[in-house]
Amino acid sequence: MTLAQDPTLASFGHDPWWLIIIKIVFAFLFGLVGTLLGVWMERRVVARMAVRPGPNRHGPFGLLQTLADGLKMAFKEDIMPRAADKVVYFLAPTISVVCGFTALSVIPFGPMVSIFGHHTPLQVTDIPVAVLLVLAVSSIAVYGTVLAGWASGSPYPLLGGLRASAQMISYEVAQGLSIVAVFLTASSMSTSQIVAAQAGNDTSWGPVNAPSWYALLLLPSFLIYFVSAVAETGRAPFDLPEGESEIVGGYFTEYASSLKWALFMMAEYVHMLVVSSVATTLFLGGWRAPWPITLWSGANSGWWPLLWFFGKVAVLLFVFVWLRGTLPRLRYDQFMHLGWKVLLPVNLVWILLLAGINVINDWRTRDRLLVIGGVALAALLIAMLWPTRRPEPEVPLQEQVDARPPGSFPVPPIDLQVPPSPRVRREVAERQPATVGGPSAGGQPEEKEG
Amino acid sequence: MSTVLAAAAGEMATGEKVVFWILGPIALIGALGMVLARNAVHSALWLVLTMLSLGVFYVMQAGPFIGMVQIIVYTGAIMMLFLFVLMLVGRDASDSLIETLRGQRVAAVALGLGFAGLVCTGVYRALRDTPPAGLEQANENGNVQGIASLLFTKYVFAFEVTSALLITAAVGAMLLAHVERRKEDKRDQAARMRERFAPGNYPGPKAGPGVYATSDSVATPAMLPDGTSADRSISRILPTRELTSSEKTPKGTER
Repeated sequence: MTLAQDPTLASFGHDPWWLIIIKIVFAFLFGLVGTLLGVWMERRVVARMAVRPGPNRHGPFGLLQTLADGLKMAFKEDIMPRAADKVVYFLAPTISVVCGFTALSVIPFGPMVSIFGHHTPLQVTDIPVAVLLVLAVSSIAVYGTVLAGWASGSPYPLLGGLRASAQMISYEVAQGLSIVAVFLTASSMSTSQIVAAQAGNDTSWGPVNAPSWYALLLLPSFLIYFVSAVAETGRAPFDLPEGESEIVGGYFTEYASSLKWALFMMAEYVHMLVVSSVATTLFLGGWRAPWPITLWSGANSGWWPLLWFFGKVAVLLFVFVWLRGTLPRLRYDQFMHLGWKVLLPVNLVWILLLAGINVINDWRTRDRLLVIGGVALAALLIAMLWPTRRPEPEVPLQEQVDARPPGSFPVPPIDLQVPPSPRVRREVAERQPATVGGPSAGGQPEEKEG
Repeated sequence: MSTVLAAAAGEMATGEKVVFWILGPIALIGALGMVLARNAVHSALWLVLTMLSLGVFYVMQAGPFIGMVQIIVYTGAIMMLFLFVLMLVGRDASDSLIETLRGQRVAAVALGLGFAGLVCTGVYRALRDTPPAGLEQANENGNVQGIASLLFTKYVFAFEVTSALLITAAVGAMLLAHVERRKEDKRDQAARMRERFAPGNYPGPKAGPGVYATSDSVATPAMLPDGTSADRSISRILPTRELTSSEKTPKGTER
């Protein structure tokens, strides 16, 4: 279902130069203002979750706090560690932040609109492989992190850089595979076409109409994409490259202050914006309005879709902050286990299943039922014949304690009862209530039971 | 997009020319830098520059898919693994400049230049007047679709065999590097914890080195209540040393 305001690949590449510059500046401002507001939102939301006020001094609700911080960082002393590799040390934060902004160029912010008489899509550009461009750019952005760790010439940043490279490579695989299901269903890799493909309910699976948002239609892919996106951005609970409590500050330990550190912070938030925008585009219907708003016929035309797009991105950003306020950091082996042994196999099985469904959709009913029955039977047999692990017999605690070799570290007895503190009774007894008008007005103080 | 379409028409478009003459020298500089850089990580970074330029060339020549894959796979994954290994080797690992064979460098440069010249002139003379053909037909249904239909029909066997070869290589490398441990040799967290609390081992943290008015060196052991020094309080690689008389002298704190 393609409407008149839906951009196609042919609607790109006809803009005059000034319109291209306007669009690029808009995408850049989206990243910049998104960073300012994102930092503010993160600090406010995390503060609210920790029951404290958060920044509230500069501007209404502390909105200008990030601006003040940015100004402060611009005027701080720029430190160059003596052991640093100067060129690479300077280059690393730049790579991070440039890659973040580049990815914003293929994000569709809205439908065809009219700007100074030009009918043009609200998107800098689109190519047949736009989603791959986002992946490519994010794989280059890892260089910023890794090189920062290496160029600092200090052990902790190096550890952080190594962690970052392992993390990004592992989770890029899961991320790339989760997008495959979207490509299969939308049969396109261009972002504007994927948004268009999520417009209507014309994908039908037998009697039921499939939901139009890929987040519902391809729920496993969406979940895997989001988890690996959190890992790609290096945010809690996957912030192992930073790991303040383990490796000081990770890859940017030596970037103590100044604009370079600010660039890293900005790169992190722009990256968050990018993955949220991509998740919105690929899975949440892009700039299209969600259900109750679509009852209004003008919801998906003109400049309104910008609002829906920003709303969806803001919700996803909130989830990022929510995760950070809720979850502790994963241990490294658990983290790798999740990436390689859970997300990857689940993803592969899901893609296989989806491809199978797509193939048998065209078959006759009898063949289709045969195949479904066969697959179900095989799954049932495997589930039934899978060897169960026998639980180890549980040894009572007293026996475990008795089995310890003599001279072991002393442990308190299992049935230990803490005796009442002798101080409690005395304090209560000593504290006489203040009586007004003689001792008869107040009663005897009650003895507190220990 | 417009430049890509124009490139498909066979004649070199202005945009493509501009990009070529900007990125061509950059790619060449990257290649030279990769060979000439003393530091291994710098070498890898120069190679990344060349690979990125190549990726953009592919995109400009109406092959957007292969261009993106070049950047994702080669630049993003393979070079990153290279960097990973180089960083583990250590950041000061540089090439030594001592020639083991006399005249080796001169010979290598001469032969390299000769080979490059041969290849360049050969390719130039062979392809000078060849018009590009078939690009429009190949990209008729879209670049990605064209590649996909070729990969999964005509070249499906070659593709599968290549992937089998790669998988075999990966499994082989893993097998060579894998250290098989017997089940009873594996120490899990519970076993290590039991070991920590076993008799003869003190489970708490070790005491810090001695901090006294006269010395706060990490080589000065802490003192136990009976006046003997605690050996566990200093690092094993540091020698225990007695302070010299000049070190023992209070430094300007006395009257």
